[in-house]
Amino acid sequence: MHSNKYTLIFTSIITIFLGFILSFAATNLKPRQDINIEIDMKKNILSALGIKPKKSKKWTVEEVQKVYESAISGIVVDKIGKKTDMDPKDIDPEKNMNFFPIYLHMVNQKVNGYVIPISGKGLWSTLYGYFAIETDCKTAKGITFYKHGETPGLGGEVEKSWFKNNFIGKKFVDDNNVLVGIEVLKGSVDESSEEAYRQVDGISGATITSKGLEVFLKTDLKKYEPYFKSKWDEVN
Amino acid sequence: MAFFDKKSRTVLTDPIMASNPISLQVLGICSALAVTVQVQTAFVMTLAVVAVLASSNTIISLLRKNIPSKVRIIVQLSVIASLVIIIDQILKAYMYDMSRQLSVFVALIITNCIVMGRAEAFAMQNGPKDSFIDGIGNGIGYGAILISVAFFRELFGNGSIYGFQVVPDALYQIGYSNMGLMVLAPGAFIILGLIVWAHRIFAGIEEE
Repeated sequence: MHSNKYTLIFTSIITIFLGFILSFAATNLKPRQDINIEIDMKKNILSALGIKPKKSKKWTVEEVQKVYESAISGIVVDKIGKKTDMDPKDIDPEKNMNFFPIYLHMVNQKVNGYVIPISGKGLWSTLYGYFAIETDCKTAKGITFYKHGETPGLGGEVEKSWFKNNFIGKKFVDDNNVLVGIEVLKGSVDESSEEAYRQVDGISGATITSKGLEVFLKTDLKKYEPYFKSKWDEVN
Repeated sequence: MAFFDKKSRTVLTDPIMASNPISLQVLGICSALAVTVQVQTAFVMTLAVVAVLASSNTIISLLRKNIPSKVRIIVQLSVIASLVIIIDQILKAYMYDMSRQLSVFVALIITNCIVMGRAEAFAMQNGPKDSFIDGIGNGIGYGAILISVAFFRELFGNGSIYGFQVVPDALYQIGYSNMGLMVLAPGAFIILGLIVWAHRIFAGIEEE
């Protein structure tokens, strides 16, 4: 039987030693993890826009950096849709309720699409992703999710291409320029329905994730409504 | 071979067949249900569990004579927890996409009954070499079941294996459809139950 003193000393040594190892591992791996997160963010912005890697099927770190640098420029708009001189890096879209980042896809100095960050509750977790919009600011160009804790095979299907491709070409604004959002159905879209322009197929077995997505997508789009409005007026 | 004497060999092969941690001891069921929707996630999970089991068993076995028995569970737990956190961090740094898919389940290796079970039941009584082999054996035994469950779930639930489509499109066209039940937890229970049954018949084990 060990004495109390021995027990105390032993546990202290173990605790200090393990604590040291853990902080050593965490600080050393942090830079790499941060790069991964940044690359992943850029990759997701690109994939929301439907941009695919040229050479191979998979993005390499260098290719992501290069394509992103040349094609994407980030701006920040305020509550009334005015462009500010901030950079998306300066703000945390989750905490900041007054300023919203938009990533512009530039082709030959002209805007070819917009990407906004989206996030909100599914069933188990908060989903994070990007939503790409056509230049008319009414039509969805693509959607991607980069972080969620939904059940793989059920809510996790939001990551799959069949679900994401669903959104392409759908409108979130009706004929009277009212922001109506995109409805995620339970089941498949009936193409003959009048509402089909704003409906996508839901995920069977994941109704709560689907409905959650529908709600937060609309909430996030609402934040940008003033900015979109100014674009609608430009067109007319 | 000196390294694999008779005892070591039984230590390695026993947990794979005769005393498999999942199908015979019924430990580690939680993650066997959770990460077996796809073969790939089951495979990486297996690697992570093998790594944690082998190193935690070795470390605890090395410390076994010095660990005060009053606090042994806490000491085992902190060693296991630290190892799991390190593996989680490494996955995040070097296999980012995979770590995203496994999400919380890597961190939940800490609560996997097999890891604690082997530390308490084996590593506390045996030397580091055998403990290391025991860790590998149990990890493989765990992984074998995990991957077999995942194989059937992915095949019937998604029509693919390791991400590759194996059910031909022609079959879908004549009315075949994926079995939604398989991607849900009940599907895992059914498959796991069948595997446990088959394994026990094969191993000739009968419960009283």
